Amino acid sequence: MRIECPFCGERDVAEFTYLGDAAFRRPPADAPDLAGRYYDAVYLRENPAGPHRELWYHGSGCHAWLQVTRDTRTHEILAVRLATETPE
Amino acid sequence: MRYSIFSLLRQALTGHQGWAPAWRDAAPKPAYEVIIVGGGGHGLSTAHYLAKVHGITDVAVLEKGFIGLGNAGRNTTIIRSNYLLPGNNPFYELSMKLWEGLEQDLNYNTMVSQRGVLNLYHSDAQRDSYVRRGNAMRMHGVDAELLDARDVRRMLPFLDFGNARFPIQGGLLQPRGGTARHDAVVWGYARAASGRGVDIVQNCEVTGFLWEGGRVAGVRTSRGDIRARKIGMAVAGNTSTVAHMAGLRLPIESHVLQAFVSEAIKPLVPCVVTYGAGHFYVSQSDKGGLVFGGNIDGYNSYAQRGNLPTVEDVCESGMALMPAIGRVRVLRSWGGIMDMSMDGSPIIDRTPVAGLYLNGGWCYGGFKATPASGYCFAHLLARDEPHEVARALRLDRFAAGRLLDEKGQGPQPNLH
Repeated sequence: MRIECPFCGERDVAEFTYLGDAAFRRPPADAPDLAGRYYDAVYLRENPAGPHRELWYHGSGCHAWLQVTRDTRTHEILAVRLATETPE
Repeated sequence: MRYSIFSLLRQALTGHQGWAPAWRDAAPKPAYEVIIVGGGGHGLSTAHYLAKVHGITDVAVLEKGFIGLGNAGRNTTIIRSNYLLPGNNPFYELSMKLWEGLEQDLNYNTMVSQRGVLNLYHSDAQRDSYVRRGNAMRMHGVDAELLDARDVRRMLPFLDFGNARFPIQGGLLQPRGGTARHDAVVWGYARAASGRGVDIVQNCEVTGFLWEGGRVAGVRTSRGDIRARKIGMAVAGNTSTVAHMAGLRLPIESHVLQAFVSEAIKPLVPCVVTYGAGHFYVSQSDKGGLVFGGNIDGYNSYAQRGNLPTVEDVCESGMALMPAIGRVRVLRSWGGIMDMSMDGSPIIDRTPVAGLYLNGGWCYGGFKATPASGYCFAHLLARDEPHEVARALRLDRFAAGRLLDEKGQGPQPNLH
């Protein structure tokens, strides 16, 4: 598996560290049922068999956080962009 | 047919023409009392104990492919009960006790071999944590022995004791741990369950659930609709996708774990050994191959194959532990899909959906749990209450904060 870093080009997966699903959003502090919202955000996952948006860190390269869309059935990388470019 | 020395002799004298299939490949009936989704070790052992312990034989085990070709056929066959936490330890010890009587119970040679499981330690801090775990095991009545470097050298003289960075100081040994033959476990449970009237239905993929008044009333499958009063999921690896059909999101991620077997060599490794300064474990099969593995690859995957950096990491750890294997060639490697739960421990519980029961989240420790998993899941399905030793394996423990986190890693599944 190779990930095409926007800064460094196509690099071996060993240079990257995986964090997990990019869908994580911290619930707003004034949300009702805050405990339930946190349980949902921290513990529950879609875990799809198919395209998955996820966060990778290029620790052995440019130190950028990337948002990678990858097919979990084939490991095919479908899209890579900077995590900071992620639309809400 | 009961297997014994006499049945073997009779067949030997008649040219082995009389062997019957070990179990019945059934066609699905329109309805059952209990449906178990997943024909792996856990699903089949659940069916066996439902029939044997609880007298419930109107049971179907639905398998999308052929039985035992999922994770039951993709593991490294290690059995042990060397757990620290009081919520886990009695469960795995029940499994160990069931392993010890399994061949007699099933009348099937599952090749249970209690050759010992040895976890090596390489620092004072690691020794202290193993002492703590060993004491916790002994307080639960489980066997555990702390070995020093001299004891380990006597058992395994071929290890690299001269390693300056990670010297082998000793190990925690569970003498009753060991290995079992994974395929035989599947076939043995299938034969025993089928013999008591359970239908084992292959090539029958569940594609959805049937609903009736807010509860599940059956499953849609590639071989037609099948109704049941209770449905148990035992599909670890694919738990999220099956649960998704019932509208559930679960505290589980699917990850790939690779395993390896080398070409056959003469007897070398007498027990199961784990390296404490990396993640590497190895045992030697009766055929002579070294069966070994390490960490999961670390990213979500349903691909049943991993990537090369993990292969390199596992082989480097192996070389650091036992340089003697440097010229042994790897014969095969493969990947299995693990239900990585958010605390590294499994789930055997009811779900928020009435009539639907969950057995999953086995991480990469499902094989050793096969007997107790089925025993406790059968108890839950039959009596609607958890078995005594599986009370902590609840689905709501994440929301309630009663986690069973053996490694203390927090909700980061790829680190468990």
